[in-house]
Amino acid sequence: MKNRIFGLETEYGLIFTPHGKVYLPMEKILGYVFEGLIPNSWPSNAFLTNGARFYQDTGCHPEYATPECDQVFDAVVHDKAGERLLERCLPIAQKRLQEEGLSGDIYIYKNNTDSMGNTYGCHENYLMRRDIDFWKVTEQLIPFFVSRQIYTGAGKVLKIGGKSHYFISQRSQHIHEKTSSSTTSSRSIINTRDEPHADAEKYRRLHIIVGDSNMSEYATYLKVGTTAIILAMIEDKFFIDGLELDDPVKAMREISRDTTLKKRVRLEKGKELSAIEIQRVYLEKAKEYLSFVEDDPVSRDIVDRWEFVLDELSEDPARLDREIDWIAKKSLIESYMDKKGCGLDDSRVAMMDLQYHDINQDRGLYYLLNRSGLIECVATEEDIQRAIEMPPQSTRAKTRGDFIRFAKAKNRSYTVDWTYLKLNGYWEETILCMDPFSSENQRVNELIAAANVQQ
Amino acid sequence: MKKQDKKTEEKQESKEEASVEANPEVVEKGKKIKEDLDKVMDEIDDVLEENAEEFVKNYVQKGGE
Repeated sequence: MKNRIFGLETEYGLIFTPHGKVYLPMEKILGYVFEGLIPNSWPSNAFLTNGARFYQDTGCHPEYATPECDQVFDAVVHDKAGERLLERCLPIAQKRLQEEGLSGDIYIYKNNTDSMGNTYGCHENYLMRRDIDFWKVTEQLIPFFVSRQIYTGAGKVLKIGGKSHYFISQRSQHIHEKTSSSTTSSRSIINTRDEPHADAEKYRRLHIIVGDSNMSEYATYLKVGTTAIILAMIEDKFFIDGLELDDPVKAMREISRDTTLKKRVRLEKGKELSAIEIQRVYLEKAKEYLSFVEDDPVSRDIVDRWEFVLDELSEDPARLDREIDWIAKKSLIESYMDKKGCGLDDSRVAMMDLQYHDINQDRGLYYLLNRSGLIECVATEEDIQRAIEMPPQSTRAKTRGDFIRFAKAKNRSYTVDWTYLKLNGYWEETILCMDPFSSENQRVNELIAAANVQQ
Repeated sequence: MKKQDKKTEEKQESKEEASVEANPEVVEKGKKIKEDLDKVMDEIDDVLEENAEEFVKNYVQKGGE
């Protein structure tokens, strides 16, 4: 697969349910959660030894940004590692509550909407070549992002006109524009935020805010993998023409609303295609593209799974209840409604819709399914646990991880960002790391070696 | 009426056909999934939050990003 850096940022939902009548401001709860991560301090922005970043997002959400990954598999395990890190903080935060004489439960959800219709996101970041016309990029990508929700959607029960419906995607109803620079007011299919954290003459950043947060590793793998292949095609000027949608924002909502996946959306040229048909055009073109470039097992695996998923979706979406979030959750909810004889508007169903995304593995319904052997995973728990400590070994994240581990061992305070590292102290130099593909930094190595000699 | 009868007949026929063609492995797998899902249904009441209505209503976040 073409050399590329990608990463996922996930904003989590956070709520405290007191057992008594004492409510606490969310800032305070989030503070306790962060204490679980880094004891004795209250940093609202922390880089970790695995190269990832944890911070407080707008709206008081805990947010986890994976380290720079150059393998799709790494993006999957590092995204899961973020869940586990937060889960680990929960008992510590609960204990802090008790010490203050408060009792209640803290819940963290990896979803994208609350019951009032507020939304928070899962942002995908892909490093792209700067010299490609960005207008061409967006034109190529919009129909792809509009239609891929059929396998990346996380499912949502929504009341429309007093009646509950099951939607494919959590985010689709919150997207209002084709492209925009804002992430909070007019969310768009293509966001134009462009901070490459790398040589800006060579690279730009593609910041995608349209996707749902996924519990399913399989869905995350496909989400990042298929997008990376499409980007490689665009960079190699292997274009897909004729798929421009008449009204992408409307099409996105229409697709999200139809769980049978039969709905056809209108293209600019007047033709109508279903989301599966649009995805098939991309898939076939991707297969053609891959036959021209050097064969690699990762791209082949992504394309095989992509094809499998589209075939199954065409037959009967219910067949993917192990792989795809919206289908797994829908199948669970339908079994429950059958058993209880209740409808989609039952409050217990609304609870399931939320609790599927609980990152606490003892409570979360995704994890209940997983424990029962009903979920298809991509990584093992060992892979995920390793990613909690260990950065990807072939990107800049390794240097950052080495530096932070060193500073901690030496009990030195430090300042770190995506592109620089610095031990605190006016005499210390700032170490710049502008190349995200470089996993070794001579100055960091020298720093560590010198400290070892002094010992 | 007659038309409806015919339809039902056709339906039954196609059902029989389907069961003849069904791959025993797939049927077995389907059965296993059904059993596993039944087990999940038994467990779900233990983990599902009580006061669902109240809980969901109170789940309000500030918008993010």
